[in-house]
Amino acid sequence: MATAPLIPGQKPRSNLEELLEGVWKQNPVFVMVLGMCPTLAVSVSAMNAMSMGLATAFVLVGSSLLVSLMRNLVPKEVRIATYILIIATFVTVVDYAIQAISLALYDALGAFIQLIVVNCIILGRAEAHASKNRPVKAVLNAIGMGAGFTIGLFALGAVREILGAGKLFGVSLFGPDFQPWVVMVLPPGGFFVLGAWLLLFNWLDSRKAAPAKPTESHAHV
Amino acid sequence: MNVLTQPTPSSAAMIRTLGLVATVCGILIVSAYQSTREAVAANKRIALERAVFKVIPGAASVKEFVAGTAGVQPAGATPPLGAVKFYAAYDQAGALKGIAAEGAAKGYADTVRVLYAYDPEKQAITGIGVVSMRETPGIGDKIHSDPAFLKNFVALDAQLAADLKSLAHAIKVMKHGAKQNPWEIDAIAGATVTSKAVGKGINDSAQKLLPLLVPHLDTLQGGK
Repeated sequence: MATAPLIPGQKPRSNLEELLEGVWKQNPVFVMVLGMCPTLAVSVSAMNAMSMGLATAFVLVGSSLLVSLMRNLVPKEVRIATYILIIATFVTVVDYAIQAISLALYDALGAFIQLIVVNCIILGRAEAHASKNRPVKAVLNAIGMGAGFTIGLFALGAVREILGAGKLFGVSLFGPDFQPWVVMVLPPGGFFVLGAWLLLFNWLDSRKAAPAKPTESHAHV
Repeated sequence: MNVLTQPTPSSAAMIRTLGLVATVCGILIVSAYQSTREAVAANKRIALERAVFKVIPGAASVKEFVAGTAGVQPAGATPPLGAVKFYAAYDQAGALKGIAAEGAAKGYADTVRVLYAYDPEKQAITGIGVVSMRETPGIGDKIHSDPAFLKNFVALDAQLAADLKSLAHAIKVMKHGAKQNPWEIDAIAGATVTSKAVGKGINDSAQKLLPLLVPHLDTLQGGK
């Protein structure tokens, strides 16, 4: 049970820090690189990516709240079984909700809605955060993580849709003469775009980490 | 009551906890199911109607039927063995506008399922729509957008042979540019496998459905 918090710190974190952790510092897609299966598979368009992100965020928030509320009731021997049960429940609810909202969207997301059950971000949050914190903090953290995941998926989906189909949210951007880069909406395109985003984020990170020697890094460029 | 401090909690505590969680989860799932059931059913009906109306322009309502050896009857809970499902589309006045049915065949990536419209007067396939496919975007998925390919289905010959047991000419997919007869489909260049799946799906389904259906077409007329 000795799962260390993701950022070890002495003083308890403020609510704002809880919220922002998942959005930027520990962004599930760009920093922790978790949940890659749905990330790569459904990010073919901005709409699919957003919907997947929001569905995952809903499950994350709902299960975090319930896990946090029950954290003192659950014997640790059966905690994983309890988490899975809770997560599966919220996934089923989302599954019905998406069917009620749009069947086209449901078909586009396919099996990846049900696969939210085994999304490691959600189980990871339940185990590492929600089971150790009060409901308010757990929910704030889950909202942040869900937002971070949605932003990450949207960043991939938007780039892939713009390059691969010449559209954004189904609206044509470049007119009929644009020849789409079909590879971007195929599986390899997912890896290309994810790689490019990771490159950008790591570059920003390393530039921030080494501001002391600007001349040297200049020489390399 | 804090079970976490005990070295090993009793089985009863674990069972109680899991039972409690399962109850809460069960209630959540049932209420979600109950509250979305009508919307989901409505969505499914709208999706079906939209698909049928797309291949049969001018239709106003759709009814499900099955055609079997015993004739044509409304699709019920237990369709007779070997019966083929199809949809009859009617216009505002209740007159039969056309028949729609589903065909499926293995495409390049996965099964390609298409809905085709059959016009009883012309004895021809008069339109197709894609129900589901996972073909390569930009190549195979042209089957629902390529205008030259869709022109094949303006009046694709589907006459029955004299004995009413099979099609007079099996529907065939030809290589791009090799179409000669009205029962042949001109494949999309570069997407031959997917085009062939469309043709095969329609042919397989029509060969089975039309001999069962055509002798009983009268029963569908005026069936508001």
